[in-house]
Amino acid sequence: MSTFLQLLVNGLGKGAVYALLALGFVIIYKATEVVNFAHGSLVLIGGYLVYELKDALGWTLAAVVGITAAAVAALVIERVLLRNARSADHNSLALLTIGIDVIITEEVVRRVGADIPFIGDPYDSQPLQIAGLTVFRTQAIALVVGAVLITAFLLAFRYSNWGVAMRAQAENREAAALMGINSSRVTATAWLVAGALAGVAVLFMATQDFSGAGLGRGTHAIALIAFPAAILGGLDSTAGAVVGGLVVGLTEALSAQYISFEFSKSAVFLVMLVVLVVRPSGLFGTKELSRV
Amino acid sequence: MSETMTPPAAPPQAPPAGAARPGRNWLKIVATAVLVVVLLLLPVLVGNSGVAYLKLAQYILIGVVGGIGLTLLVGQAGQLSLAHPFFLLVGAVGYAVLSGDPEESDDLVGLGLPPLVGVIGAVALCGLIGLAFAPVAGRLRGIYLGVASLSLVFLGLWLGQSLDMFSGGTSSGRNAPVFELFGFEFANSQPAPTIAGVAIQKQQRLWYLFLAFALGSYFLARGAVNSRIGRSWRAVRDNEAAATAMGVHVTRVKAGAFVISSAFAGLAGVMTALWLDLVKPDENEFTGTYSLTVAIAFLAIVIIGGLGSVPGAVIGAVLVFGLQQFFLLGSQQFGWFADAQFGGFSAVVVSAFVYGGAIVLVVLFEPGGMAAIGRRLLGRRRSPDVPATADGDRTTPREDR
Repeated sequence: MSTFLQLLVNGLGKGAVYALLALGFVIIYKATEVVNFAHGSLVLIGGYLVYELKDALGWTLAAVVGITAAAVAALVIERVLLRNARSADHNSLALLTIGIDVIITEEVVRRVGADIPFIGDPYDSQPLQIAGLTVFRTQAIALVVGAVLITAFLLAFRYSNWGVAMRAQAENREAAALMGINSSRVTATAWLVAGALAGVAVLFMATQDFSGAGLGRGTHAIALIAFPAAILGGLDSTAGAVVGGLVVGLTEALSAQYISFEFSKSAVFLVMLVVLVVRPSGLFGTKELSRV
Repeated sequence: MSETMTPPAAPPQAPPAGAARPGRNWLKIVATAVLVVVLLLLPVLVGNSGVAYLKLAQYILIGVVGGIGLTLLVGQAGQLSLAHPFFLLVGAVGYAVLSGDPEESDDLVGLGLPPLVGVIGAVALCGLIGLAFAPVAGRLRGIYLGVASLSLVFLGLWLGQSLDMFSGGTSSGRNAPVFELFGFEFANSQPAPTIAGVAIQKQQRLWYLFLAFALGSYFLARGAVNSRIGRSWRAVRDNEAAATAMGVHVTRVKAGAFVISSAFAGLAGVMTALWLDLVKPDENEFTGTYSLTVAIAFLAIVIIGGLGSVPGAVIGAVLVFGLQQFFLLGSQQFGWFADAQFGGFSAVVVSAFVYGGAIVLVVLFEPGGMAAIGRRLLGRRRSPDVPATADGDRTTPREDR
């Protein structure tokens, strides 16, 4: 029983990180209808800067720089590349982000080289004892940070002017523009926020506690597992992203323990497949209607 | 949409520069003839010392066969798939199991069937698994399908790692059965037949085999695209509701596209096994012969070539697979990237930059890819086998969302 509770805590801790990443996918998809395959490379950019700067600036300041850099990188991708591909449809733009992802990932992995550094200095590898459970500190902090950020985002999304503008644009781009919503600004902030969330997520990902692997291709692959999280919840549902993230985190933790570690990644995708067969637009996604 | 549905049997309408037309036809015939001669004589041209170049060219043909399969699915039928590496793996392992020597090892399953049966069986197996995936593929669209198909790559990785008796395991793998056709072995022999003084040994023989596979795939795909099948694919791609209204059985058409594309990938998998002379599952999901990197490389072939264009897929394969092998060859033979130890500009990094950049440039400036550029050079406005998006003038038919 205590193993099971332990697994639940681990799963939720991982799930919070996946939720941050999945939320990024969903925000970008809602604002621009583009699926951002380059999300994993945003993660790497943030992580790489933390790794490079943490000795010079101290970890906290380096983390701030990393988060900012991931946000700015997302904005640059949107402004420089996606905005200028006017003739392309949304699927082509998704393919464009694959090209960006290939380049950035190769470059970061090349720069990191053979080191594969861990970047979670302040909390790495110091387990906490809470009520008889051994909790990885990284995952406990990830859970708290994830909960705070996600709550803040969902509140802002629901009540702030920015959130209203964003939801209006997601609903109907033309109508929103006619009502005086600055579509370009909404799009830009969506990418900024998504990039920043990726930058936060990486602080937990490249740690001993989370993946046992440092910053490298493995980190990029973890970001890819957030993809099923977003899809499973429904690509256009922010709440779905959070639920999806937690489901993926739990699936991974439980199957790694009860089936095998190697199977855990496949298990995540299998759970997603089952959900998709039952609900083709994810748990909370909008059903695509077609009239004949 | 009506334009893309024009019966392809009709001659190209109103070429923009009518006067230049006959000349271009001759040019095309001569160019094709030269190309065929060069391809047939390639082993002679590179000689026995240039086997490395022959290997490079063989690898391109693997990309051609797989790329053609994917362009039919993604470009023609409009179904995004990242599952190609999985079917490559199934094809390679299927061939090894069906035609593998039962005596080879106690731990490995080998049925010892004739290699031709093994190839056909492996391709059929991939088609069947594609069919088994069809209920999922039929329900999903666009990105949802893309990510769903990604699950097959992860599943393949896990199966490859855990089913040692079929795949040979990640550490050593297993031997690829020697291909053999009516008693003629595609292996080294003494004495070897020669053409113009060049011994036709294993690699030369494999080149002709791969060339036959690639040409067969090319003409099969062209035939499918130009027939009723291709029209139903494009109808489903452009608007499922309209296709249904016109009497197209959407689910069946989607399943068919998946089956055919998987079968092509299976053949490419068999070719990969023969090319490497080894069947060995990947150790992780992001690098290796059947990994996510390969999924993206195949997608790059399709995008760079021009979605849906069969000749485009050939050019895409030359660019993506060819460049990658070219850089690898350069690093091995001429010491390029020699100072690039781990973490330097290695062949893999440089080729990833090139094709990543090529994807970005193509989507930004020429969404029709190489196929559109080729058409412009040849002065044709539009060929029926290419989505209208190629010319950037299709309004997305999704207003009814």
